[in-house]
Amino acid sequence: MSDAPLIEVRDIVKTFGSVIALNGVSMSVRSGEVLCLLGDNGAGKSTLIKTLSGVYRPTSGEFLVDGKPVAFRSPRDALDAGIATVYQDLAMIPLMSVTRNFFMGREPVRGIWPFRRLDFARAQDVTREEMMRIGIDVRDPHQAVGTLSGGERQCVAIARAVYFGAQVLILDEPTSALGVAQTSVVLKYIHIVRSRGLGVIFITHNVRHAHVVGDRFTVLNRGRTLGTYDKSEIAIEELQNLMAGGKELAELSGALGGTV
Amino acid sequence: MSTTATVIARDERLRRASFLVRAMRRPELGALAGLALVILFFGIYADKSMFTLGGVMTVLAPAAELGILAVAAALLMIGGEFDLSIGSMVALAGLILGVSLAVLHLPFVVALLLTAVCAAALGAVNGTIVIHTRLPSFIVTLAFLFIYRGLSLVGLKWATGGSTQLRGIGDAAGGGFLPGLFSGLAFHPLFTWMAAHDMIQKFPSGEPTVQGVPVSILWFVGFALLATWVLLATRAGNWIFAAGGDANAARNSGVPVAPVKTALFMLTAVSAALVATLQVMNTGSTDALRGEQKEFEAVIAAVIGGCLLTGGYGSAIGAFLGAIIFGMVSIGLTYTHFDSDWFKVFLGGMLLLAVLFNSFIRRKVTGER
Repeated sequence: MSDAPLIEVRDIVKTFGSVIALNGVSMSVRSGEVLCLLGDNGAGKSTLIKTLSGVYRPTSGEFLVDGKPVAFRSPRDALDAGIATVYQDLAMIPLMSVTRNFFMGREPVRGIWPFRRLDFARAQDVTREEMMRIGIDVRDPHQAVGTLSGGERQCVAIARAVYFGAQVLILDEPTSALGVAQTSVVLKYIHIVRSRGLGVIFITHNVRHAHVVGDRFTVLNRGRTLGTYDKSEIAIEELQNLMAGGKELAELSGALGGTV
Repeated sequence: MSTTATVIARDERLRRASFLVRAMRRPELGALAGLALVILFFGIYADKSMFTLGGVMTVLAPAAELGILAVAAALLMIGGEFDLSIGSMVALAGLILGVSLAVLHLPFVVALLLTAVCAAALGAVNGTIVIHTRLPSFIVTLAFLFIYRGLSLVGLKWATGGSTQLRGIGDAAGGGFLPGLFSGLAFHPLFTWMAAHDMIQKFPSGEPTVQGVPVSILWFVGFALLATWVLLATRAGNWIFAAGGDANAARNSGVPVAPVKTALFMLTAVSAALVATLQVMNTGSTDALRGEQKEFEAVIAAVIGGCLLTGGYGSAIGAFLGAIIFGMVSIGLTYTHFDSDWFKVFLGGMLLLAVLFNSFIRRKVTGER
């Protein structure tokens, strides 16, 4: 494997009319690494991931995949380059079964037209196997996705992206709507995905979640990169302060007698 | 499927899904229960002749024509859309077929193809408008309900010189294999043979009392089976469920939502043309009022069959059963001493019950609270 990062952006600028959403952001993620993208609301996290996943095109700046410059025109291009994004709203259909969701849009078929039909036996096996591999027993692949917990649904979405050949996973606030137990399920899974050699970009505004699985942290504020830190370099409190952009939170935290 | 289930150790947290729970997951359960109820009712109150072979055919014949529409409507509803124009489309397609045969004197096969192509094209127009304007299909197809009905009236008056009925189409179509697919009875030799061997009732002359199966019933059964197979076992079926379940999520996952929905609109229009062809070929005439209110009856049958009004859930077999319930109640009351106008009350009640039942099932399936 080459030494170049899986994804690297340098001085990315993205403007919408007179609004400057990104004003010179740089970051990179390597194979087997979890990069946490931290920032408060309005810091430019969403714009950045939409740029990485091919929804937006950067106004200026460099975008390298495997060391080569790219210009995605659609999310499809990004997917073909191995960059998969798991959005908060999941792209899962609650009324459909786990298997049907897992293979939605990429169903395995067998037989010759007009008798071509879904290869359910294979789909069922793959779904069970992939879910087992991440430690979630989808008890019954026929069951509707709506019956899974929020954490399990996130894991199905991630497993699907991994199975279909993602090299880089972009996770948009995967834990923000989850309870404690479910969050740990997702964090554990992020850890597994990393150990399989994928690059993970984990977007969150929860520093604690970031610190559990992150290898490096890139902090965004008002459309700029404030800096990138290795896990060994920085403590949770410092990250929190950087992210909130200053003292106010520290003072508030002091007043409340703990970390916010 | 079952082999893997036994290979992989069972999760102890999973209660083995009881037969009842598994049955509850099937969308057509409500329709099945409804059918059992209706059969029970008529078993008690109706004349015994309703449950003879002849009686069953009498009940199934109207169910078949409605059923073809209902199965198509069910697929479209699962895909997340409505089509209120199918009733009027029956009249319009009948007009096109009738004029092609009796006025333009085209060969039957040409007239048939022309009718199907026109219907498909109009269905595609419906679909394209709905998809590109993002208006609710309910309102777009309501507009076409009136447009098609008006066109049928105007067109028939033009073709006949002032009448809203066009006769003599059967003669113009002629006989042969192809017209035979859409008219008359099937399996006549089989029924004669069964009568000869005393397996079914016969007249003193030896002719069976029931001469065969109306072809419309065969189309109905065949179409329902095909639709079920497509829905449950093919990629297209998965796309229909996905498009209706959450169009955005489906699109993000690479499902071609717009083509799927357009194809479904075309399918409902063509199924209306099929019903029109069956009616025209069996009566030899067409009428501008054909198919009136069939759009509602088809939706009712689909809902009784377990389709959710919000899309993404339902079954073709359910719509099949829904149409049979419809046929049984509409015809069956004449076999009882009840006033047959109770039919509409019964139907409305059935619909209300089905909707309540469906929303309960939906919560069960999705785990929503």
